[in-house]
Amino acid sequence: MSITNESQVKTTGQLPVITVGKSGTKPTWCPGCGDYGVLAGVERAVKMLDLPPHEVLIVSGIGCSSNLPHFLNSYGFHAIHGRAVAVAEGAKLANHGLHVIVTGGDGDGYGIGVGHLIHAMRRNIDLTYVVMNNEIYGLTTGQASPTSLMGAKTKSTPLGVIEQPINPIALALSSGATYVARAFSGDVKHMGDMIAGGIRHKGFSLIDVLSPCVTYNHLNSYDYFRQRVYKLENSGHDPSQLMKAYEKSFEWEPRVPTGLFYQVSKPTYEDLEPALKAGPLAHQPVTGLKGKRDLLEEFV
Amino acid sequence: MQDFSIRVGGAAGEGIATLGEGFCRLFTRNGYHAYGHTAYQSVIRGGHVWFHARGSPDRIWSLGDGTDVLYALDRQTVDLHAHSLRGGGIVIFDPEKFTFPPETVPAGAKILPIPTLEIARKFASDPILQGSVGMGAATYFSGLPLETLDAILTENFERKGAQVLQQNLQAAHAGYEFAKGKSTPHPAALAPHHGESKMLLTGNQAIALGAAAAGCKLLSQYPMTPATSIMHWMADHSVSLGIVVKQMEDELGAINAAIGASHAGVRSMTASSGGGFSLMVEALGMAAMTETPLVVAIAQRSGPSTGLPTKTEQGDLNLMLGAGQGEFPRIILAPGGVVEAYRQTMDAFRLSEDWQVPALVASDFTLSEDFQSADRSDFATDVELPSLFAVSPPSNGSSYKRYAITPTGVSPRAIPGQKGLAFTAGSDEHDEGGRLVSDVLVGTPAAIQVRKQMMEKRMRKLHGIVAATPPPPLEGSAHADVTIIAWGSTACPVRDALGLLASEGISANLLYVAQPYPLHAKEVAKTILTARQVLLVEANYSGELGHLIRAETGLDIPHKLLKYDGEPFTPHEIVEKVKEIARVR
Ligand SMILES: Cc1ncc(C[n+]2csc(CCOP(=O)(O)OP(=O)(O)O)c2C)c(N)n1
Ligand code: SF4
Ligand SMILES: [Mg+2]
Repeated sequence: MSITNESQVKTTGQLPVITVGKSGTKPTWCPGCGDYGVLAGVERAVKMLDLPPHEVLIVSGIGCSSNLPHFLNSYGFHAIHGRAVAVAEGAKLANHGLHVIVTGGDGDGYGIGVGHLIHAMRRNIDLTYVVMNNEIYGLTTGQASPTSLMGAKTKSTPLGVIEQPINPIALALSSGATYVARAFSGDVKHMGDMIAGGIRHKGFSLIDVLSPCVTYNHLNSYDYFRQRVYKLENSGHDPSQLMKAYEKSFEWEPRVPTGLFYQVSKPTYEDLEPALKAGPLAHQPVTGLKGKRDLLEEFV
Repeated sequence: MQDFSIRVGGAAGEGIATLGEGFCRLFTRNGYHAYGHTAYQSVIRGGHVWFHARGSPDRIWSLGDGTDVLYALDRQTVDLHAHSLRGGGIVIFDPEKFTFPPETVPAGAKILPIPTLEIARKFASDPILQGSVGMGAATYFSGLPLETLDAILTENFERKGAQVLQQNLQAAHAGYEFAKGKSTPHPAALAPHHGESKMLLTGNQAIALGAAAAGCKLLSQYPMTPATSIMHWMADHSVSLGIVVKQMEDELGAINAAIGASHAGVRSMTASSGGGFSLMVEALGMAAMTETPLVVAIAQRSGPSTGLPTKTEQGDLNLMLGAGQGEFPRIILAPGGVVEAYRQTMDAFRLSEDWQVPALVASDFTLSEDFQSADRSDFATDVELPSLFAVSPPSNGSSYKRYAITPTGVSPRAIPGQKGLAFTAGSDEHDEGGRLVSDVLVGTPAAIQVRKQMMEKRMRKLHGIVAATPPPPLEGSAHADVTIIAWGSTACPVRDALGLLASEGISANLLYVAQPYPLHAKEVAKTILTARQVLLVEANYSGELGHLIRAETGLDIPHKLLKYDGEPFTPHEIVEKVKEIARVR
């Protein structure tokens, strides 16, 4: 994909900065899919921050939503189902100078990949994770997902889901994520702000985006969310209060809170890893054992 | 061949491994070669643990075939190991702890009771001190100097304070003197000071050291015996060598993080045993599909399933060959001893990087956990490591193609952070630019063509790898009555067996398959076709390398020595089998 095709050229001082924008590859989502809004939200966020495409790495798993990295002109890694967070952790440890953004679906992140997610959050590794939560498995044509609501009728649950959905916000709060937000695909501007805040934040950021699947989830539609969503920042919520954030995380009926639930400043994994003190690993000199023959004496 | 062996046994928690490693160092510090075999169970306290330390002026490759001094800390050790005593053998034990009927011990062996606890009590109340008493006595029988033992004990106990160290030294001296008062040294005792001291290390330490030498900067791993000590060594050296060691939540996380790190421009590795590697299988294919270099060290243990966690086997070759859906190139290297473990780990990094394919380093419990001696000169450390940021944007203004189709199948690899080279690596099938052909394009004539070309691009790397790597070496005389074929650590006891056979006037040689895959089929076929008799030796039930050789060459190897009881091969077993075949002729 070419770098300059449709990317926006901005001017910062004297130098033109090419920021992350659309690549030459057109999205293949169904018309009306919530993920278009998320793509626009991610693009908006990285443009707001003037991030050059070569300093951004977008990692995803597998699912409709996980195709996202192909549609932007940054670096990307379109991994296997459920492993995006682990791949991104390795990439971030290898070069913490990169902005590493993880994108994917609710199945990818809260189902098959939930183990990695919990551990990445407790490590407070500096990743920005945007989950396109459509409460369904889209790519596999409409089975129940970990966030499908009780009673939801899907192809794998024709009589309705009989298990509790995962609460991603509460999960993130209890696992140690240091930036926890929710956005709605129908409000790109607000979503862009939430994602930009996550990228700016040093530490693990989870942005759970309500992103309707217009083809397979007729319950959690745009209308469903439009009737329910409200913004925490307009309701006097204080995002520095963990317990208040917990309370908010359990709200769903009759109204669904969006916005920043919680943010706290804590050292990141990269801050605490002694081997990274000398700068990003990828840019540290690679000498192997040259000049370190003394090491052999430990075995004598 | 001259050699001397001390075997020590007792319960877990009695410090058997420390005693055994100490005996090995007694040999290497005096310039002898050594081999240390460790046998333990999956319990933390109790059970039965033993260690066999063997020294020799010659290069030795296995635990050998006999014990000269058996130091028994419990009755079970006598019951289980007395049979291994050979002529002139000595059993040392403390009668305060247990006794046994003399006929338990083979005729000709000497029984020497030593009041280790009573002697230990003179210096401290902690009964653990008895080990140093026994060590002193065993040192006397070995003929090696007490000063060497002093130095070893000093290193072991220094950090526990001057008092503890002093007690241990006194205990060891008392044990030495007690033995001296009762007996002459063992008739096969070694002369002190044979030459310059040697290194002593396990295969896992050699793998970790090799990775460090190859420029590995990130190890992500999840603990699983017998691979775990790779992570331990790396963690101990993380800060001094600038290597990030990340214990992940599981093996899925471990391999995927290693791939992410490699994608982002850092040489990386993961390691596990067969169980953990089974979980890594899907990601292995992703490394191959995205053409991301990756090294995986696989220390095999007895399977299937949890199997025998602390026992050896070479039962995962089929797994390594077949791991992953679909077809993709991979490299499997199988080091024999510790020096090969070091060099082949370095080779794995270089080949994986040169060919942008995953490389597997196949170890097993025996190689990973047993100790072998080596000379410092065996370890080259002045390796030139190329920068990974070598690709620059095309000068003609055309866009960079990460997966450009080339005659070798290898395309120029950009690293995130490099300007003007952004691309998306995809686990889906993709075209030269990395664009998916798996969804809306799939099935169209253009996409069908791309699929075919990309499969061929990736798969033809295998031909290049065969051409770029050395064929398996034939060790020993070019023409022999019996040619043994072995891979990985099994080559080691075979090497010991070759020496024994030669001393009996039987000529045998070894085709050591250091790189099972891609196999150098032509050379292997030629060796088999020109050999008088061929014997396949593998530590598994079905002869997995034999199957691979048959698949690649069409040749069957009728004579097989297969072992799957979890125990390592002894040279003697191999010698007997070779003789049997030689007789058949
Ligand atoms: C290991 C593995 N199991 C199953 C699949 C099949 N699969 C592909 S996407 C998907 C679920 C997608 O759901 P989600 O992550 O929510 O993404 P969406 O399509 O809804 O955006 C599944 C089960 C796979 N690709 N890999
Ligand atoms: S199936 Fe659903 S999630 Fe997938 S592209 Fe269509 S609308 Fe979007
Ligand atoms: Mg989904």
